[in-house]
Amino acid sequence: MQNISQYRTEPGKKRGRGSSYLNQPLVIILFLLPAAILFLTFVLFPIVQAAYISLFKWNGLGPLEDFIGAKNFIRMFEHEPFRQALTHVLVIIVLSVTVQLPLALGLAILIGRKLPGRAFFRTIFFLPYIISEAITAILWSFIFNPRFAASDVINSLLDTLLPFFKPGPWLGDPSKALSAIFIVLTWKYFGLHMILYVAGLQDIPIEIEEAASIDGANSVQTLRFVTIPMLARTIYLSIYMSVLGSIQQFDLVWLMTEGGPVNASEVLTTYMYRHGFVSFRLGYGSSVAVVLFLICLVFSLVYQGVFMRREYAGRAD
Amino acid sequence: MSVNSSGWLRKTLSHVPQYVIAIVVSIIIIYPILIAVLGGFKTSGELFNSPFSLPEDWVLDNYQHVLGLSSFWRQLFNSTVVMTGTVVLATFSASLAAFVFARMSFRGRDAIFNVFMIGLLFPIMVAILPLYILMRQMELLNNLLGLVLVEAAFQLSGMILILRGFFRSLPRELEDATYIDGGGAFTFLWYVLLPLSGPALAANAALAMVFSWNMLFLPLLALNDEILYTLPLGTMQFFGQYMANWARLMAFIVLAMLPAVIFYLLAERHIVSGLTGGALKG
Repeated sequence: MQNISQYRTEPGKKRGRGSSYLNQPLVIILFLLPAAILFLTFVLFPIVQAAYISLFKWNGLGPLEDFIGAKNFIRMFEHEPFRQALTHVLVIIVLSVTVQLPLALGLAILIGRKLPGRAFFRTIFFLPYIISEAITAILWSFIFNPRFAASDVINSLLDTLLPFFKPGPWLGDPSKALSAIFIVLTWKYFGLHMILYVAGLQDIPIEIEEAASIDGANSVQTLRFVTIPMLARTIYLSIYMSVLGSIQQFDLVWLMTEGGPVNASEVLTTYMYRHGFVSFRLGYGSSVAVVLFLICLVFSLVYQGVFMRREYAGRAD
Repeated sequence: MSVNSSGWLRKTLSHVPQYVIAIVVSIIIIYPILIAVLGGFKTSGELFNSPFSLPEDWVLDNYQHVLGLSSFWRQLFNSTVVMTGTVVLATFSASLAAFVFARMSFRGRDAIFNVFMIGLLFPIMVAILPLYILMRQMELLNNLLGLVLVEAAFQLSGMILILRGFFRSLPRELEDATYIDGGGAFTFLWYVLLPLSGPALAANAALAMVFSWNMLFLPLLALNDEILYTLPLGTMQFFGQYMANWARLMAFIVLAMLPAVIFYLLAERHIVSGLTGGALKG
């Protein structure tokens, strides 16, 4: 502060709002440069290049010269395993939104804001999120292993609970492999969504719910008409993260089933890895990447446009 | 006094159903991890026949074997290098950019900001194959620096969004004071803004660390040389090699998850606020 007088007498320096000093193009460019280089090179450019490569038949070794137009895309949509992979991702998304998220919401409300010891439970519920997918896959491969007693326990438990359930090996049975993966996904990710809901609940003033109950609403009505509507923003965000998370799932599926048996648990990322990378068809793989990208992009734009406008639109100032 | 304590008792009793459910869910969460921890102390035969029980004799062999593997320590080291590099690079470039978006005004600012936000619209996994092609062209395959650059690039959008929100929330008077004292933009960012942004930076860094530490798909494509394997890739390799020896596999994954679990217990607050505060209030 002792410099104020200096500043005032210094000739040539602009007065007024401090920020005017900052609005030098050079500073702006220098500060943006590192992020811009990284972002353009490694986030935007690969997708643009993939769109170009996807028009070629290319094994990744020779020059890029065998132009085949949209044939990769046509072949992809005619390829039964691709359509299966797409279906499986949709199944995972639907199950996540209808089973995993309500479970997370229920638990968030349950341990919610007042239960003594809630921090302890929160720590445990969130723990699987930070354990790597590779380790998670191995843990659960063991549990689903038919040689292991826990597999029997799960089988007999479900056998009693569900009349139509047929006991058998989980990861080796085409009718069960995807369910097994969904169980693991739920184990690993419900805590993430629960954390989001708990944070959302903390932002709801408890007085509003108390007012509803004073007005004669029972707890179900309070939940239905007060709590959940006020959580809408969080729920939209949670669904968004869940959908993108389902689309990008690779590690768990690849390590537990490699997409099998007989494509029964193939998802889009494992399909891309198998038919694009492992089999040296980088042109074809690029077209899968482009489709994956477009699915995410269209979903994100439509979803954010409809439900989440406020989140990313930024503050107007 | 007696009224109070009976009220407390009634309150606790009314929580009983909640505790029952919370404890059951906790057991489901902990159970697979516990099997692995105990399994590491068993022989494979015992692990299969009585996975739930405590080991009959505590076999130290499996854990000792893994701790004696130079590949395990090397993978730990490689993962640490990639994670540190990713966090430093991403935090550095994202803070500079977020500063521009938060505290300066110029034409096209919002347009450029929106370009950076495209990164939020798709996850890195969908771009892995194109990234592999690009890294090959740039001769970044088999190179830990390649992983750092790519992983940092994919952290930028989220970090810029969160930091911009945080930088904006700090009062303008701070800025005026810096310039009156003769400081420039970098002085302001480095000595004023960043020290005040501790919580936001910690939350960002914690998320980036988890992201980088657990990344499998990118190293799987980009690394051929076993010397460079990161921990998840090494875990996958060990899984392939020791499928017949589950007890040893359990010892490996327990030791492999230990750093992340310790980190989580220490930094839970930051991870959680990165996910919730940032995402909701950015």
